[in-house]
Amino acid sequence: MMRSDPRALQLNEQGQLKHFLTLDGLSKEILTEILDRAESFLSMGEQSVKKVPLLRGKTVVNLFFENSTRTRTTFELAAKRLSADVINLNIATSATSKGESLLDTLQNLEAMQSDMFVVRHQDSGAPHFIAEHCAPNVAIINAGDGRHAHPTQAMLDMLTIRRNKGQFEGLKVAIVGDILHSRVARSELHALKTLGVEEVRLVGPKTLVPEFFRDMGANICHDLRAGLEDVDVVVMLRLQKERMAGALLPSESEFYRLYGLTEESLSWAKPDAIVMHPGPINRGVEISSEVADGDQAVILDQVTNGIAVRMAVMSMAMSGQVQAQQVAGEED
Amino acid sequence: MTLDLDKALASMKQQLSDYCQQQHIDNPIVVGIHSGGVWVANEILEAVPTKEELATLDITFYRDDFTRAGLHPKVGQTNLPAIEDRHVILVDDVLMSGRTIRAAMNEIFDFGRPASITLAILFDLNSHELPIRADIVGEHLSLSEKQRIKLSGPAPLAVSVMETD
Repeated sequence: MMRSDPRALQLNEQGQLKHFLTLDGLSKEILTEILDRAESFLSMGEQSVKKVPLLRGKTVVNLFFENSTRTRTTFELAAKRLSADVINLNIATSATSKGESLLDTLQNLEAMQSDMFVVRHQDSGAPHFIAEHCAPNVAIINAGDGRHAHPTQAMLDMLTIRRNKGQFEGLKVAIVGDILHSRVARSELHALKTLGVEEVRLVGPKTLVPEFFRDMGANICHDLRAGLEDVDVVVMLRLQKERMAGALLPSESEFYRLYGLTEESLSWAKPDAIVMHPGPINRGVEISSEVADGDQAVILDQVTNGIAVRMAVMSMAMSGQVQAQQVAGEED
Repeated sequence: MTLDLDKALASMKQQLSDYCQQQHIDNPIVVGIHSGGVWVANEILEAVPTKEELATLDITFYRDDFTRAGLHPKVGQTNLPAIEDRHVILVDDVLMSGRTIRAAMNEIFDFGRPASITLAILFDLNSHELPIRADIVGEHLSLSEKQRIKLSGPAPLAVSVMETD
């Protein structure tokens, strides 16, 4: 079966988001709009009622085929702060395990007049498949698919970088650790390149940093010291033990010795470098407690920024759906 | 049709000063609605008995036309001090349907419960769609369906009547 280009699928005729599947192919303008919108939602934290009525009456279904606490909770909070009604479906314990196919599950959810699906799936491309097959007025948001993409995580990292560094031009960013299994790294690379940073370095052992990333414009370092030298931003990734098949690593302690972020290795980066981590962190595996709790870490800011970014993406995609329907209505 | 901006602003200032005195409104928070309302609020702030800085409101997320038109571009920042039990003077350039004011009041109440809200408008077009009326009006206007008021600013503040097709 020929599949449509996800890059085209996620935009409406006016070039606005109507799904949010991947950062690949999105313009600098759209990424900047997401960051600007998120910024205005961040200031909402001062309100005594932390809610705006934008998605009032809309139904958002969190469709999680794979476990995730942080992502699901922040998506739920984002939808609720936009005044949407939210249903959480843990697919592992629901109809799919009784033999219902994905398409049948979706059709049932559509029949409940849902307006948006937030999809987390262990298979790459699942949100794209759902966007192709669901009713035309339902917005699909990718909350992480297999090794492919995790676009809201990448955008919350971009917001964290912009709020700490002011701009993207001239920045050097190191992404360290398990690049091979990381959907965050792929999305992050697209975003950083589109927003115009000077250099992205992918740092880790040969078994976990595939060479093909060079074609996407990244530099590859297998030595942590060379990788961290003079960088403004350090993004540590979690060692994804659950995705590892085969002996890619000698041991966790060996990994920590060579690639763990400690006070010593952080001193190789610029003195004002910030440290990010998508969580959950494995203390003593990829990052030391001193660094994770230190002044340069912005790991908890990332969580706060994540809610604002998810609000931005959800409201923009819903808006794009509304406008696509307006155009369709006028053509009838 | 020409409009006398200075006269309308002077009239607003006089009314505001009198109104605050009559209603015993002391040290109110003046809130301008982006963008035109902020410009007008800046002009009339001196006539209001207050030590508070000008507060601003962007109502993008509170508009009632999301399901028709989607998101509108953000035009400014909402910047409100603590408004619990405070008197608020809400300022906008033009009052037409009243929908902007409804959205603005909804947003204000998400920040707290003000003691009162007074609505001050530069030009009232007398074309209300909601039961919302201004307490203070610079000038009442009656425009034809094709005419629109266009305010430009902030400095110099200027106003013109546009003919639409």
